[in-house]
Amino acid sequence: MKLIADVGRCVGAGQCVLTEPDVFDQSEDDGTVVVLVDEPEGDQLEHVREAVRVCPSQAISLSG
Amino acid sequence: MTEAVQIRPEQFPLTRECPFSPPKEYRDLREEAPIARVNLLDGKWAWALTRHEDVRTMLSDPRFSADRSNPDFPQMVMGRVQDDDAEKSLISMDAPEHGPARRAVLGEFTVRRMEALRPRIQEIVDERIDAMLAGPRPVDLVRELSLPVPSLVICELLGVPYSDHEFFQAHTATMVSRQSSVPDRRAAFQAVQTYLGDLILLKEKDPSEDDLLGRQIIKGREEGTYRHRALVAMAFLLLLAGHETTANMISLSTVALLENPDQLALVKADPARTLPAVEELLRYFTIVDTVTARVATEDVPLGGVTIRAGEGVLGLGFAANRDPEAFADPDDLDIERGARHHVAFGFGPHQCLGQNLARMELQIVIDTLFRRIPDLALAEPVGKLAFKDEAAIYGMYSLPVTW
Repeated sequence: MKLIADVGRCVGAGQCVLTEPDVFDQSEDDGTVVVLVDEPEGDQLEHVREAVRVCPSQAISLSG
Repeated sequence: MTEAVQIRPEQFPLTRECPFSPPKEYRDLREEAPIARVNLLDGKWAWALTRHEDVRTMLSDPRFSADRSNPDFPQMVMGRVQDDDAEKSLISMDAPEHGPARRAVLGEFTVRRMEALRPRIQEIVDERIDAMLAGPRPVDLVRELSLPVPSLVICELLGVPYSDHEFFQAHTATMVSRQSSVPDRRAAFQAVQTYLGDLILLKEKDPSEDDLLGRQIIKGREEGTYRHRALVAMAFLLLLAGHETTANMISLSTVALLENPDQLALVKADPARTLPAVEELLRYFTIVDTVTARVATEDVPLGGVTIRAGEGVLGLGFAANRDPEAFADPDDLDIERGARHHVAFGFGPHQCLGQNLARMELQIVIDTLFRRIPDLALAEPVGKLAFKDEAAIYGMYSLPVTW
């Protein structure tokens, strides 16, 4: 599964970083999402699904 | 063709059935008419949304505007406090203005930046609990812990002198009370605006990298976007939202955990449970329920009805957070339920900017309070405690505790 982040939609709530800090980070400049792992697997993938569910702006998605 | 307009008898805002339960009308609305027209104080009506899914959908849809200066915006108190030409703060902005304005300050509130504040917040909490332990009992927790901790933290972050806390706390209390007269609310609003305006004028002369307001001035000037009035509006929002909300959540969380000893025992047994407990407590109380109102700018179909341009909508967060479709046994406090999809911080592009600061403050306070005072107890029964039934932000006026 490929993790896709739409920085334009991101509102920097940081919920993804709280969920899986090994996959997500935030830009120091404007707080928007930075993806550290493009193709998460195993536990990380499960945590990414949770992050997709709680993201307030539908800025992250999984495809493939 | 015009459809007959049916308006339910409920008049908003409604009062909580008890400190731990939403207005009883929320359940009826969700079961009978989850998207219903309800009465407002000023004789107008608005759509009330009581389902979790509908509230999230509405708050994510840019066709619903957050512009509180729009005359059609649903009013939760009588009388406007701000003039029509008042500078908009983030909570009133829509796209395309909102995104860049929010991003200009977002870097200050990232998870990592908040984590860097942890040692200082821990120190503040420990100092306040030292003072409680050294003094006589019972103690008013609101005065000794709930209010000072977030006030100190937001003052240090913004660069506002904490020595002025009685001034802005008193004016905030006036502003959020629905019982305050319109002239009193206007005067309180103006006093804090003037105070912050003067403070920011001083900072403009020699802005410091050591505080948020100074950094905003420096950054704004570098980018050629700096405006004094915009920073005053932002400072006002951050100061108010930064202390009043968290203070109330600290008090309410303490009461809820003391009243649910099985849940408190779980928290005490494993510090890893505190953060999930914070999410559940946020859901359980949803102290900011009607701020997530909007006004439609186009006709929008939603859940079987069409909301017309110009119609007001209340995305009732407290109803959404007690929706059994989203949370099983929603009226139970269950720290292990996995409550992270709650909408206590709102949803969509306006979701609370300071949410990760609030989470950390609550986590540190709950951990430290019950670790250092394990036999903490209410000094009065819940029925005698002073809850803020008339405030736009729910909470407690005082909370006598002993040990």
